[in-house]
Amino acid sequence: MNFSGLINDFGPLTVTGLAQGAIIALFALGYTLVYGVLRLINFAHSEVFMIGTFACLIVWGWFGLDQNSAVPSFGGMLVYMVIGLVVAIIASGLTALFVELVAYRPLRQRNAPPLAFLITAIGASLAISEIVGVATHRNQRGVPPVISARTVITIGDTHITNLQILIVVLALVMMFALDRFINGTRLGRGIRAVAQNPDSAALMGVNKSRVISLVFLLGGLMAGIAAVMYDLKIGVTRYDAGFMLGIDAFTAAVLGGIGNLRGALLGGFLLGVLQNYAAGLFGSEWLHAAAFVLLILILLFRPTGLLGESLGRARA
Amino acid sequence: MRQVLARAIGGVAIIGLIAGAAACNKSSDTGGDTASGSNCGYKLAFFGALTGSAANLGVNIEQGFELAVDQYNQKKGSTCIEVAKFDSQGEASVAPGVARNLVADKKIIGIVGPPFSGESEAADPIFESAGIPTITPSATRTSLSTKGWKTFHRAVANDDSQGPAAAAYIKDNMKATKVFVADDQSAYGAGLADVVKQKLGPLVVGSDKTEGDGKQTDFSALVQKVNSSGATALFYGGYYTNGGIIRKQLTAAGWKGTLLGGDGMKDPGLSKASGNAAAIGTVVTCPCSPPEQAGGTFNNDYKTKWGVAAGTYSDVAFDAANVFLQGIDAGNTTPDKLNTFLSTVNYKGIANTYKFTPAGELDPTLIKVWAFKFDESGDTKADVEIKTSA
Amino acid sequence: MTEVAVTSEKPPAPKKQASRGGGGVRGWFGRQPVWVRAVVVLAATAAAFLLPYVGDVPVIGPQIVTNGVDWTSALFNMSYYVLLALGLNVVVGYAGLLDLGYVGFFAVGAYGTALLTSPDSILYSHTGWAWLAAAPFALALTMLAGLILGWPTLRLRGDYLAIVTLGFAEIIRIVATSTDTLRGDRGFTSIPHPPGSYSDGSPIFGVRDATPYFWLGLVVIILVILGVRNLDRSRVGRSWLAIREDEEAAEVMGVRTTKYKLWAFAIGAFIGGLGGVMFAGEQSFINSQTFVLQFSILVLAGVVMGGSGNIAGAILGGALISYIPDRLRGISFGGTDLYEYRFALFGIVIIVIMILRPQGLIPSRRRAMELKDREKEVAPSE
Repeated sequence: MNFSGLINDFGPLTVTGLAQGAIIALFALGYTLVYGVLRLINFAHSEVFMIGTFACLIVWGWFGLDQNSAVPSFGGMLVYMVIGLVVAIIASGLTALFVELVAYRPLRQRNAPPLAFLITAIGASLAISEIVGVATHRNQRGVPPVISARTVITIGDTHITNLQILIVVLALVMMFALDRFINGTRLGRGIRAVAQNPDSAALMGVNKSRVISLVFLLGGLMAGIAAVMYDLKIGVTRYDAGFMLGIDAFTAAVLGGIGNLRGALLGGFLLGVLQNYAAGLFGSEWLHAAAFVLLILILLFRPTGLLGESLGRARA
Repeated sequence: MRQVLARAIGGVAIIGLIAGAAACNKSSDTGGDTASGSNCGYKLAFFGALTGSAANLGVNIEQGFELAVDQYNQKKGSTCIEVAKFDSQGEASVAPGVARNLVADKKIIGIVGPPFSGESEAADPIFESAGIPTITPSATRTSLSTKGWKTFHRAVANDDSQGPAAAAYIKDNMKATKVFVADDQSAYGAGLADVVKQKLGPLVVGSDKTEGDGKQTDFSALVQKVNSSGATALFYGGYYTNGGIIRKQLTAAGWKGTLLGGDGMKDPGLSKASGNAAAIGTVVTCPCSPPEQAGGTFNNDYKTKWGVAAGTYSDVAFDAANVFLQGIDAGNTTPDKLNTFLSTVNYKGIANTYKFTPAGELDPTLIKVWAFKFDESGDTKADVEIKTSA
Repeated sequence: MTEVAVTSEKPPAPKKQASRGGGGVRGWFGRQPVWVRAVVVLAATAAAFLLPYVGDVPVIGPQIVTNGVDWTSALFNMSYYVLLALGLNVVVGYAGLLDLGYVGFFAVGAYGTALLTSPDSILYSHTGWAWLAAAPFALALTMLAGLILGWPTLRLRGDYLAIVTLGFAEIIRIVATSTDTLRGDRGFTSIPHPPGSYSDGSPIFGVRDATPYFWLGLVVIILVILGVRNLDRSRVGRSWLAIREDEEAAEVMGVRTTKYKLWAFAIGAFIGGLGGVMFAGEQSFINSQTFVLQFSILVLAGVVMGGSGNIAGAILGGALISYIPDRLRGISFGGTDLYEYRFALFGIVIIVIMILRPQGLIPSRRRAMELKDREKEVAPSE
C-alpha cells in the first residue's frame, strides 16, 4: 500500500485515467446498445474495435506514415486525423454489420436460445482475431505520431496534454450526439421501441431487423472512434488488443448499468480512473483485479449497476 | 425434411473438413527420403512456440536452427538431416502432449528448445525419460539445471549472471543514482528485476509490476510513477512487446531517462512499436557476444533465407544446431551418444563458445555479458562487455 | 410470418412427442428394452477405454488420431475438458446460471493440489503429501470457492452473473500471478503423479505415456456422469429446472432457490476442481499462465455447442473443443500448414455448428420442449 504515492500522483493519475476511461466508455457503448435491444452480450464487439485500430494504421501507411515518421504539421495532423477516424469508423461499422449478419441473424431467424448467440459471437471473435493474428504474424504494430502530445494546461504537478483533452472531449461529444440520436430522431425512436418491447414494436410497423442492424452499426461507429483514440494514446496495436480492453469495456457497461447509455459513460470514466488509483496504491499488477472487486461490490448493492439498465426505460 | 437435410449437410461438412484435412497431411509424411551418405537420415527437432502470443521468440529460434541445418545439408549435397518442428505455443499446458509426440519419432536424436522456462518445466521430464538431449537457447530459469536432468543443456547464461551484469552496468557505466525497477511478473522478468533491485540497493527509488504481454497496454500509472520518482533510469524485467509500449508511453509523457532491460528486450520489435527515435539509447544486456564480432556470414545468410533480420537468440539457436550437427558428423547418431558428446563438446560458434558443465550449464568461464544499445536504425549495436566485479 | 414457420426447425414433430419418440438414433435408443440399452452403454464404455488404440484400426484409425499432438495426451486433454464441460453443464445447463469464469475452479483444484504436494510450496514442510492424499482437500477447497462465489451473486441475474463470474476467475488468475505464495509464472514443479506401480517397479503414471491418465480421467468421468444423472433426476434437478425457467415463479412455488443455486455452484465447482486435480497430477507442473479466461470461454462454447442441459451433449462438446484444435495440428493444406489457422477455423466451425443446430449437436429433449412451449407465447416478428 503506497498512500503517499497515490496522493502525490493523484492529479496526473486522474487525468490519464479519464483519458483511458473515455476510450473504455466509447467502446462500452457498443455492448450497451446491443444489450439494450437484444439482451445479449455481443462478444465479438472486441474484434469490431480491433479491426478499427488496424484500419486507420493501414490507411495512414498508404500516406507513408509509420512509427518512425516525423510529426506532421498542424494541417497534416488535421487531415490525417479526419481520414483515420473516417476509415476506422467505416471499418468497425462494417465489421459490426458483418458480425450481425453472420453470427446473429441466422440464429434469430431460427429462434435460437440466447446462449447460442453468445457462442456464435465467441466463435466470430475467435475467428476474426486469429485471422488478423496470422496475417500480422502476431506482431504488434507501432502507431505513427499523428499527434504529438504537448502539455497545454498545467495545474500544479498535473500536466494535461492536447491528446488527453481531445480524447475526453471527443468521447463526450459522441456520447451527446448518440444520446440525441436515440432520444430525438425517428430512427432512435425505433431503437427505443424495440428495446422496450420487440414484439409490440414489430406490430407497430418497426422493422426489427433494420433496427438491430442499425444498433450494431452505431456500436461499431463508436468502437471505430475509440480505436483511433486507443492507437494514439497507447501507441501500438495487436491482434488481441480488443480482448483485454473489451473486458474492461464490458465491465464498465455493467458497472454503469448495461443497456443504459449514460451508464456506459459513467462506468467507463469510473473504471479508467479507479484502475489508475489502484495501480498507484497497490501496484500496476492489481489494476484489473481492483476493477473487478469494485464491480462485484457495486453489484452487491445495486444488482443492475449504478444507473440501472434502460435504453428508454428501466426493465421491470 | 429440411431439418434432416440440414443435419446431414452439417454432419457431412464437419466430417469432410476433418477427413479432407487428414487426407492432405499424408503427403507430408511421405516426404522423399533422399538421405544419403554416412551419418544421414536422422532428424533434429525444434520444440517451442510457433503460434500463439509468444510465437515471435520461438520463430526467431526456429529460423536460426533451420538455417544451420539447411547449410549443413547444402554442404552434404542432400537432405541429410531433416528438420522437425513441434509447436508448443509456449504454453506449459500444451507442451507435454507435443513432447510425447516428439519422443515417439525415433529418428529424432536432438532437440533445440524449449525456448521458455515454463514449458521446459513441463516438457523436459519427458525428453529426459526418452533420453533425447536438448539444448535450450533461451530458457534461463536457474532452477532448470538443478533437477538432475542428464539431457538438459543451456546454451546461454542463466538469470543469475545477467542480473548482476545489468546492475553493474547501471552503477558503473551509466553512473545512474536514481533507478526505477519494474517487471512483468514473468518468471524471467521478475527473476531478473529482483536481482537488479537487490544489487542496486539504495539506488532504487521505486518499483512496480505490470501484467504480462498482451494483458496490459495502458501503462500510464507506471509511467507516472517513474516520472514522479525522479529516476533517470528504468530497468524493466520483461520482453520487448511490453518494453516497446512502455518506451513509447514514457517518451510521450516527456520522460528523458534511459530504459534498460535484459535479453528479452533485445529485439527490433521494441523499436517497431516505439518508433526508432524513441528507442535510441535503450540499453539491453545479453549473455551473448555481438554477432558482428563473430564474423561469418550469419546475419546476411539469415536475411537472405528468411527475408527478415535475425532476432534475439537466432544466433544461439544457429549455434545449438551446429553443436548437434558437429556431433552427428562425428558419428554420434543415437540420442545417447549425442548426449555423451555434448558433455565433452567445445565448440566455438558465432555467439559464444560452448562447453557444458555436468549440470548442463555453460562453462562459467565462458560466460560473457554484453550491453547493447538501440541506434537510429532501430536495431541493437554492441556497446560494451560488462565486467561484473564479483 | 409464414417465413418463420418454414425456417424454424424444431426437433421432433409435435405429434410424436407424447411417447419417447422422435426419429433418429436417440428415438430408437429410447424405445429399446432395458437390457438392450445396458448392452449399448457397456459397449460404448468399453469402446471409450479402447480409444488410445484407435490409431491401429486400418483406414479409419489414422483419420481420427491427432498428428501434431501425441494421441494419448490429446485423449487425456479431452478427458479433462469433458469433465469441465460436465461440471459447467450443471451450472449453466441445469441451473441456468451463466458462468464465464469456470476456469477459476479448475485453477483452485490445481493450486490446492500443488500447495499440498509440491516441494515449492510454503506448506511443503508441513504437508508434502502424495497426490491422492491431497485430492480430497483440494476438492473441498474448490467447493468452498464455489460457495464463496455463489453467496454474493445470489441476487444477480443472467448477464450480471456472467460478468461477475468472469471477474472472479480473473481475480483468481491475478492473485495467482501476483502473490509470492502462489508463485505466479514460476509455478509449482514436481507435483507428484497419481500412485501405483507395475510389478517391475516402474510407476503406472509415468511421464512418457498418457494412456493411464486418460483411463483415470475416464473412470472419473463415468463416476461424475452417474452422480450428475442421479442429481438431475432428483428433487435437486427439478428445482434447478424450475430456477432456470423462472426464478420468481419457482420461489413462489416453494422452491428454495438460494439453497439450490448454491448447490449448483458447489457441485459445478467440485467437478471443475476434479479436472484441476487431475491436470496437476498429469502435468506435474502448473503456473498461472494456464488459467486464462479464454479457457472458460472455450468450455462454455463446448457445453452450448454440444447441447446445454444434456450430459451426452456436454461430453461431445467438451471433447470437440479439445479435439478440433488438436486435430488441426500438423495438417497442411495447399502447401501451408493449417496449424496457424486452427483457432480461426475452430471459430468458424463453432459458428457453423450453432447456425445449423441452434440447440446444440445433441439437444436436451426437455429444453427443446420448453423452448417449443415458449415459442407459442412469442409473436413472430419478422
